[in-house]
Amino acid sequence: MKNQHINPVEPYLRMDRMPHIWCPGCGIGIVVNCFVRALNQSGIDPDLVSIISGIGCTGRIAGYLKLDSFHTTHGRPIPFATGLKVARPELKVLVFSGEGDLVSIGGNHLIHAARRNSDIKVFCVNNFTYAMTGGQVGPTAPIHSIATTTPYGSYDRPFNLPFLADSTGAVYVARWTTYHVRQLTRSMVEAINKPGFCFVEIIAPCPTIYQRRNRLGDGLEAMRYYKRYSRVINGANTRMVGLELKGPIIVGKFIDRDRSTLLEAMNEEFSSKLGARYQPYPTGVVR
Amino acid sequence: MEQRLGLEASIAIAEVVCRCDVDIVAAYPITPQTHVVEHLSELVADGELDAAFVPVESEHSAMSVCCGTAAVGARTFTSTAAQGLALMHEILFIASALRLPIVMAVANRSLSGPISIWNDHSDVMTERDVGWVQIFAENAQEAADLTIWSFRLAEDRRVSLPVMVNFDGFILTHTIEPMLMPDKEMVQAFLPPWEPLLKLDVDEPISMGPVGIPDIYTETKQVQQHLLTQAYGPIVETLNEFAQHFKRTYKPIETYRSDDAEVLLCTMGALSETAMEVVDRRRKQGQKVGLVRIRLWRPFPFEDLYRAVGNVPVLGVMDRAISFGGPVGPVASEIKAAFYHREQRPKIVEFIAGLGGRDVPLSDFGRMFDSLYTTGETGKIPAPTIIGLRE
Repeated sequence: MKNQHINPVEPYLRMDRMPHIWCPGCGIGIVVNCFVRALNQSGIDPDLVSIISGIGCTGRIAGYLKLDSFHTTHGRPIPFATGLKVARPELKVLVFSGEGDLVSIGGNHLIHAARRNSDIKVFCVNNFTYAMTGGQVGPTAPIHSIATTTPYGSYDRPFNLPFLADSTGAVYVARWTTYHVRQLTRSMVEAINKPGFCFVEIIAPCPTIYQRRNRLGDGLEAMRYYKRYSRVINGANTRMVGLELKGPIIVGKFIDRDRSTLLEAMNEEFSSKLGARYQPYPTGVVR
Repeated sequence: MEQRLGLEASIAIAEVVCRCDVDIVAAYPITPQTHVVEHLSELVADGELDAAFVPVESEHSAMSVCCGTAAVGARTFTSTAAQGLALMHEILFIASALRLPIVMAVANRSLSGPISIWNDHSDVMTERDVGWVQIFAENAQEAADLTIWSFRLAEDRRVSLPVMVNFDGFILTHTIEPMLMPDKEMVQAFLPPWEPLLKLDVDEPISMGPVGIPDIYTETKQVQQHLLTQAYGPIVETLNEFAQHFKRTYKPIETYRSDDAEVLLCTMGALSETAMEVVDRRRKQGQKVGLVRIRLWRPFPFEDLYRAVGNVPVLGVMDRAISFGGPVGPVASEIKAAFYHREQRPKIVEFIAGLGGRDVPLSDFGRMFDSLYTTGETGKIPAPTIIGLRE
């Protein structure tokens, strides 16, 4: 019975780094589980996968997955990933990070990578707070939610992430909670196999910081909430999927469309202007 | 009136910023600065501080907001650390060049990579040349006092420059210490309302930050250098006024049992207090050792340094950062340069210690003093040494 693994995801994890730093009830571990299953289902050679993450609790994913990975500085995983993809178009370049990293300090990179249809896949774990630094108000914190820097409730309008990704040009946009493990896994497979900028928002509980401060119960309570208050509306108008404190969560695959990736667009433009003189750049895209 | 309290340096800074009646706090969370800003946001939310708290989307935005608010004459405070300070880099030059008297508390932390949230001085050493007044605290009392003083100095019309108060991450930010907290009346008696030297005003329009063509760029830089150097006078003057008002004295260069010392060690920041303990123990054993503690880093107080070092034959300098591929220790290299033209100059021994949160226990300071005595006896200056390095 040698070499029997306790868990099917174990071969993909750096077990020497365990135990991980995530709190009991945290949703990020579920995201890792779903991702490893998605990677298996997608049929992609793990040697051709690169994981890029930023700073924060979710950023730790890059250190725990036994894949080529890069843990960038705060906010920078998307431009790093674009650079990696442009230099090695044959790789699958996947970004795992939190909303505090991707949407605030790195927000400019997100909208421009979506606009240019950079061929990277972004898995954004949204737990509504800067959890690692102790729970300051973040860019998706619902109005009236409590954070250490908004002791009586947030008053800044939060980002609606699917709408942001949709309106800036992402070709694939989905949202699931960590309760929706099968749907999330399927969306990850679809995103991994789809050319262009794909954005999957994953609503995840932060029991230690966000749930506790907002009296939303523990991790299990969050799962019950996701189960009860989520509505699957595939193809929903992303303008309508904004979130409110203790409000419903619209989940589903919202956007799935095709347009030229950053490198394809470059090839098309130069080929049209230069004709046969232009040697197309490899794009890594099989259409 | 002052109240004796046990406070973290972070909370102490937030409390005095409240008593300084700032108009704007703009900040982005980064460990170990977080408690400063969290407490300020509570004070604003509780109505104790009548200010706007702006939770921006990055440190680059934080410093940009601060420039905007200071430009219209609002008293402005922010706080950051490490990567956050590095991200502000570009705007730090703008704040000083436009003479915007922003006060910023820097919770000193190491720079990535590898990612490290722990304490050293690599963040501030990287920002040495940004044209800000830069000062170091050794404990919670000093962090609070120097923050109050910073507003007074920054807003002095002879100076009108931004000020950075450095206090060591975790060692100070997250440690509760006994301290005296002045009340608002006492702080405001020391810190009058700000009357800006220059501000954006629709009635008297000015433009800030336009292009400086080659014809004038050099002159603006000369003015900046002159201003920051000349700020030394107002710095000493306002520190003396602080001492009269609060009965706590601060000097650009502090010393500890240095008068009859055979060897001296130069330190900065919170580890100076550990070093003092070692000095006391060595003195009991009959070794005449002493400390020179740099409090004011910019403008660099050359004359104070010469006076503090005196005729001592051997001076050790403990750096908390590395100038890669260069002279190794940034503080040591400045001190060496400061002594180059002096006829009377000590042998200078460089130590690097406490990088990325590595503890510097009493025994490490003991090793440094031993090395200084060996240098004195042999006359040979050792190569720069990283203390506590695992081989």
